[in-house]
Amino acid sequence: MTSIPVVATQPSTRSRALALIGGEATDANLRRYLHGIPGIDAVGLEQRAAALGTRSIKTSSKKRAIDTIIGLIDLTTLEGADTPGKVRSLVGKALTPDPGDPGCPRVAAVCVYGDMVPYTVEALGSAHAAGRDQGIFVASVATAFPSGRASLAVKLADVADAVAAGADEIDMVIDRGAFLSGRFGQVYDEIVAVKEACRRADGSVAHLKVILETGELNTYDNVRRASWLAILAGGDFIKTSTGKMQPAATLPVTLSMIEVVRDWHRLTGARVGVKPAGGIRTSKDAIKYLVAVAETVGEDWLTPSLFRFGASSLLNDVLMQRQKMRDGHYSGPDYVTID
Amino acid sequence: MSFLDYAPAPESQALLHLRPEYGLFIDGEFVAGRGEPFQTINPATEKQLAMIAHADAADVDTAVAAARRAFERRWSTLSGSDRGKYLFRIARLVQERARELAVAETLDNGKPITESRDVDIPLVAAWFFYYAGWADKLDHAGLGVNPAARGVAAQVIPWNFPLLMLAWKIAPALAAGNTVVLKPAETTSLTALLFAEILQQAELPAGVVNIVTGGRETGQALVGHSGINLVAFTGSTGAGRAIARAVAGTDKKIILELGGKAANIVFDDAPIDQAIEGIVNGIFFNQGHVCCAGSRLLVQESIHDEVVDRLKQRLSTLRLGDPLDKNTDIGAINSADQLKRITELSAIGEDEGAERWSPDCDLPESGFWFRPTIFTNVSTSHRIARDEVFGPVLSVLTFRTPEEAIAKANNTPYGLSAGIWSDKGSRVLAVADRLRAGVIWANTFNRFDPASPFGGYKESGYGREGGRHGLAAYLQPAGSAAVAAARHAVAVDADHAVKPSAARKKATK
Repeated sequence: MTSIPVVATQPSTRSRALALIGGEATDANLRRYLHGIPGIDAVGLEQRAAALGTRSIKTSSKKRAIDTIIGLIDLTTLEGADTPGKVRSLVGKALTPDPGDPGCPRVAAVCVYGDMVPYTVEALGSAHAAGRDQGIFVASVATAFPSGRASLAVKLADVADAVAAGADEIDMVIDRGAFLSGRFGQVYDEIVAVKEACRRADGSVAHLKVILETGELNTYDNVRRASWLAILAGGDFIKTSTGKMQPAATLPVTLSMIEVVRDWHRLTGARVGVKPAGGIRTSKDAIKYLVAVAETVGEDWLTPSLFRFGASSLLNDVLMQRQKMRDGHYSGPDYVTID
Repeated sequence: MSFLDYAPAPESQALLHLRPEYGLFIDGEFVAGRGEPFQTINPATEKQLAMIAHADAADVDTAVAAARRAFERRWSTLSGSDRGKYLFRIARLVQERARELAVAETLDNGKPITESRDVDIPLVAAWFFYYAGWADKLDHAGLGVNPAARGVAAQVIPWNFPLLMLAWKIAPALAAGNTVVLKPAETTSLTALLFAEILQQAELPAGVVNIVTGGRETGQALVGHSGINLVAFTGSTGAGRAIARAVAGTDKKIILELGGKAANIVFDDAPIDQAIEGIVNGIFFNQGHVCCAGSRLLVQESIHDEVVDRLKQRLSTLRLGDPLDKNTDIGAINSADQLKRITELSAIGEDEGAERWSPDCDLPESGFWFRPTIFTNVSTSHRIARDEVFGPVLSVLTFRTPEEAIAKANNTPYGLSAGIWSDKGSRVLAVADRLRAGVIWANTFNRFDPASPFGGYKESGYGREGGRHGLAAYLQPAGSAAVAAARHAVAVDADHAVKPSAARKKATK
């Protein structure tokens, strides 16, 4: 077992999780629970995802889908080369995705590295959601993103730093090494600890998205177990990928995670969000994800508190489609702004 | 407005140019039938699509004679690789005209366009490609070197997969060197007639494939004809029995693909989400008009409630309606007769005490429709657990041990297919070994591949279609040359009755 101290989290979440796994969150108890979850047949899952992808979303449905997608995007920049100027430009894009159309919806959030949070908050100004339902959220990656290879103390400091700077949402990475070597208790405890580090001075808690990095987990069964583990530990969202390695989000992987969220809701009545990130570049692809969500867990989930796209280039393709729907013809990349 | 209210997305009919009336396809030409033409309708709207010629016994004579001539003068003289070239050409033309064929199939049959577009038509092309490859490799079919074709094949096909069943029959027959007289089902002749146009386009020699449309008596005239060498039939067990009786006492080879009442067995360690999909695909694919449909769900008692609950939730997302709409999951029932049968059997299910459930969904005003239906609390003695419904009706039964699952699965006069859902490979293999069914799917259902043989045990028929095994019906082993000669003489004698020229030919031999 791990030496990480178990931090008290919201009692309801914690006690519910412990009741489900039938004891303390030890490696053995978690393994017994996670391995008791029905497996996934890869061929069947991929077939189902492909079938959902054949839904034909046209005319009025497409129009609605496109606006929905924009409102679900975490507009992201996660580069070593990021600067305050780059972040300001991204925020401008988030506030006014299509300068030619004031009716165009805003994105859900801007997602940056922790040190860029202050600049993001500043650039958003009064548009920053900061605990309100209206406005744009600031999401920060943390916990030694993207590899997660740092001590817990460093990870927690990383989180606390971003939260203190004004981040509304924390995108943490799980320790894939610990997960793959069967140290489920360690992964669980880390998530619990990070969740606690999301707590602000006023007692409110930043939303926690747990990145599984599904490309490194390799099998759908692992993705499913990691999803359950993240939810049991109190994650508000489960997120596919960092976007830093391939494969990132795929429709079958995301579908398998949506199914977990649906089952968790069946079991407990609680709602957890899903965020596919990386690799979704076109409206056509994004619409497939909307279909998968609506037909699997229900369209209630098509709201920023329960579904997000982690993407950067997706927004411009969606905007071009939106202009096409409005004007009846395609424009071109010079008619949408780069951030 | 709800996101799930998808805007209509109908497939365009612009590619399809139906003629107002179609003749019989005999000796490479469309000719009028001697019987009274009948209409073929769109089961989703009950509107007429075209008038179809009706072949009487004399028309069948002409067709069989044309097939015999083509067999002797042309098709049997071609090398295997030359026959293969024709089959490859047909396969490519099917692909080229895929969208048109899919639309026609959906209009005539009532199945959703996604199924005709993504399943039926691609498989038709795959079947021709597959058997095209066999045409010059018959020495390796397992029947010895240089096996011989049987001669003229009489083929009668059902309405559930009209063009696909045609491909299952015609592709191996032609590859093996036979010629064909085929009768499509009365309610679904259209794609067979479009296929006849493809044969003209492919310049297949006249008479190699003849298509006679009509009703039951046309089929009877064909299978009872003395000039044919083999009968291949797919359809109901009742009709199959009648054909077996008609053929008994003759030396006609016969293969029958008949009904089924397949068990879909779900163990408690099954990959549950995929199992739910498999159950849905097993019984609601093609409105349940599938002879190998998984119409009996055998679910382990410990997960019964959860499976039924999840299944109901999944069924609530199925879309029933316009088959041409690209988002439709459940299309129209093929005919008023079939709808009547499904309705009657479902009523009997209720009377016998099973619990009936269907999702809420509006049915279109015209056309033939039936809501996807689940029966729970079904016992093995209920008729809905024994009779083939051939519609979107699932009977749910339970079992406690693998032994009981096997016993219940086998407790049917049929034996066409079965499904097993379990994460444990050894259990899948052990159970599969003891199921008396021709096709067993593990963790999937209703998957078809031309390389895989398909056929039944018991009242589900005999003979195999598909794969190398599918060639056996259409070939006679190399050693049976004497038998072949005798058969040939009989056949030519029969031909004599209607074609004096053929008899003269025999006399000069």
